[in-house]
Amino acid sequence: MAESVYDVAIIGAGIVGAACADEAAAAGLRVAVIERGPIGGGATAAGMGHIVCMDDSEAQFALTHYSRTLWTQLAPQLPADVEYTACGTLWVAADDEEMAEVLRKAAYYSARDVQTTVLDAGQLAQAEPNLRTGLPGALLVHDDAVIYPPCAARFLLERAQARGATLCIGEVAAIDAGATLVASVALTNGRTIAAATVVNATGAWAPELTPGLQVRRRKGHLVITDRYPGFVRHQLVELGYLKSAHRVSADSVAFNIQPRTTGQVLIGSSRQFGDEGTGVNEAILNRMLARASEYMPGLAGLSALRIWTGFRAATPDKLALIGPCPGRERLYLATGHEGLGITTSLGTAKLLVDQLTGRKPAIPFEPYLPGRVTAKEAAHG
Amino acid sequence: MHKQSLACDVLVIGGGPAGIAAACCAAESAQRAILLDDNPALGGQIWRGKANSQATRWIDRARQAGVQIVGGAQVFAVSAREDRRTVLAQTETPEGLCTVQCERAILATGARERFLPFPGWTLRGVTGAGGLQALVKGGWPIAGKRVVVAGSGPLLPAVAAFLKTHGADVQLVAEQAPWSRLVNFGMGLALRPAVAMQALSLFPQLVGVPYHAGCHVTATHGARGALTAVTVRQGERTWQVDCDYLACGFNLVPNLELPVLLGCAVQDGFAAVNEWQESSQPGVYCAGELTGIGGLERSLIEGQIAGYAAAGEKGRQRARALFAQRRDLYTYAARLNHAFALGDALKTLASADTIVCRCEDARRAQLDEIAPGSWRAAKLHTRCGMGACQGRVCGPSLSFLYGWPIEATVSARPPLFPVRLETLAATGQQEPNQHETTGEKR
Repeated sequence: MAESVYDVAIIGAGIVGAACADEAAAAGLRVAVIERGPIGGGATAAGMGHIVCMDDSEAQFALTHYSRTLWTQLAPQLPADVEYTACGTLWVAADDEEMAEVLRKAAYYSARDVQTTVLDAGQLAQAEPNLRTGLPGALLVHDDAVIYPPCAARFLLERAQARGATLCIGEVAAIDAGATLVASVALTNGRTIAAATVVNATGAWAPELTPGLQVRRRKGHLVITDRYPGFVRHQLVELGYLKSAHRVSADSVAFNIQPRTTGQVLIGSSRQFGDEGTGVNEAILNRMLARASEYMPGLAGLSALRIWTGFRAATPDKLALIGPCPGRERLYLATGHEGLGITTSLGTAKLLVDQLTGRKPAIPFEPYLPGRVTAKEAAHG
Repeated sequence: MHKQSLACDVLVIGGGPAGIAAACCAAESAQRAILLDDNPALGGQIWRGKANSQATRWIDRARQAGVQIVGGAQVFAVSAREDRRTVLAQTETPEGLCTVQCERAILATGARERFLPFPGWTLRGVTGAGGLQALVKGGWPIAGKRVVVAGSGPLLPAVAAFLKTHGADVQLVAEQAPWSRLVNFGMGLALRPAVAMQALSLFPQLVGVPYHAGCHVTATHGARGALTAVTVRQGERTWQVDCDYLACGFNLVPNLELPVLLGCAVQDGFAAVNEWQESSQPGVYCAGELTGIGGLERSLIEGQIAGYAAAGEKGRQRARALFAQRRDLYTYAARLNHAFALGDALKTLASADTIVCRCEDARRAQLDEIAPGSWRAAKLHTRCGMGACQGRVCGPSLSFLYGWPIEATVSARPPLFPVRLETLAATGQQEPNQHETTGEKR
């Protein structure tokens, strides 16, 4: 039987769903959040937790920059277990061509009020003594940060609950969000949750609930080491990352490592389409670690504690889907964040609630509207 | 980096009694057998560090049978190949990566002590019962030190006797199981003369040591981070005992990481096996304490049955001849496990601020807050079980405190142990025996 009617029922309590719940509850909406497993147990748990400003496109810059600003504002309120650390990102150049990219990137960011510093070879070696010698330099983006995402998701969800949101534990069987007055979500345990609007915030699993969505699973691997305090000081990303992450089809790896507050080193990254298993792919793990060791030879002797995999929710144009689902007027989407869900969760929540309430958005939401990507089979149910 | 790859018919993982016996029987049945152990020397926990004629006999027998023994090899990953007919184990040795491919695998990874958290258990001087015994075997000075041995299981009087013969002043053995159960178990012992003799032979050393049943430690007291005394409770009575060491162990739990990783079914906390010691995964056998806690004799019999059974039809005839012996030992093991079942009172020992995961300093209150509670949610939100021990200590204790199935708290993904990154990187390289071309341009 249907229970009381909510203004919005959000499916998924990953960091995106939790942020949306928090923002919607803050805006005075009556919110239900539906989660089948632990809070932040999907890509939120699998990801690195890098809060980063990106410049692949103007739209990507706008959302990441806006979101990063929101994180900076939220930081003083975050509990210690979220481990917010403004360590900055170092975009490492491997050759002169990439050093030219450092300068271009510096100019791009400077023009948009993002604080950066260009490091030459000597400054880079001083900033990160464990990098290999002979690297020409890097771009330091100052206000980028690192967090521990599962606890961030839990903080946001608990704040949403304190603001009146309800958490429902259960697995969704079906969404009914057609042209009726009220949408509803049926759970496998027999419950039905009725709401004016349903939000699918289930990351890479979104197409299972909303068939036809252009969201694919892009698998990633991460390795975490034992504690080596001071071994790495900034989030380090190779500039070649842009080349590899941009490639939409082929498997790729990049040097992308992060210092944790525990002194552990988190080592990434890999991107694969078509591997749906959660198991470790040894061949790509080998490539990933080899790549990391090329930049940081001392890594080879460190002790690895755990390896895990996760799935990014990838869209064809590498931008998130935030807004109404075409053909299903009571269904909204908040997914497709690929590798930027932790960063852009806060901005996503703002833009979603702006649309739900008719509020004036701080940045244009049009670039992220799901309608831009034609759904193959819209209007199910 | 150095990379070695080996192949065999039967791979035995774990060089304790069950593993040694399994390797012997497989090799004597015309199988190419490899025996891996993480320690440089064979023997496992029970035969570690002492000249023992029984151990020597078995190890000699393995050598004579042609078992290839690889010591100092830590198995950090194991997987069934796609054809489901071969199993690949990846190990780290002091020289680097060593992989072993086999037709059949016998897992004999034994058990470890379960530790339960209580206020002050992280003080210096609080150790595992078997842990303190191992330290003393390694030369740790214990003479003249006041020791309390507490927890549960037949290991406690054995440890107390061992410590006493090494000069320790054993103040008390606190066994949590009530007398009523122990007496029943004792009656059973009379039916097993060999075991009864073993237990009785401990008594001379235990003269003068109070053995309290239905008794447990509720708190510790310390100064400058070191233990000075413990509070013990027996029924309604509590009192304080001054001591330098508290050696604690609450029974044994099986090391299920390898069987769970291979997809073997677990039943009632142990690897499930058929009469041939074969798990739910064809070609994967389990022997010894993986399948139940029951002492040395039981492990030796199970190891032999597994070793013969893994050798095919002929071996299975020899295995069958051992079934009756195993049946007797199972009756003993069942009585033992019933006698020393952990009481619910132990679940209330840890207070809100008691540390439950020592690697990550997670406290009980943090775990209590998580709703809905599960091992995975606890890991994600408190980091418990995420440290270097990979949950081997806190997994079994939280399984008891929160009623989670033990197999749900097993960290069954590679690497099963911390492993050097260069070793990990070597696992994905294409051709195992080829030397890496140096200076290869990527």
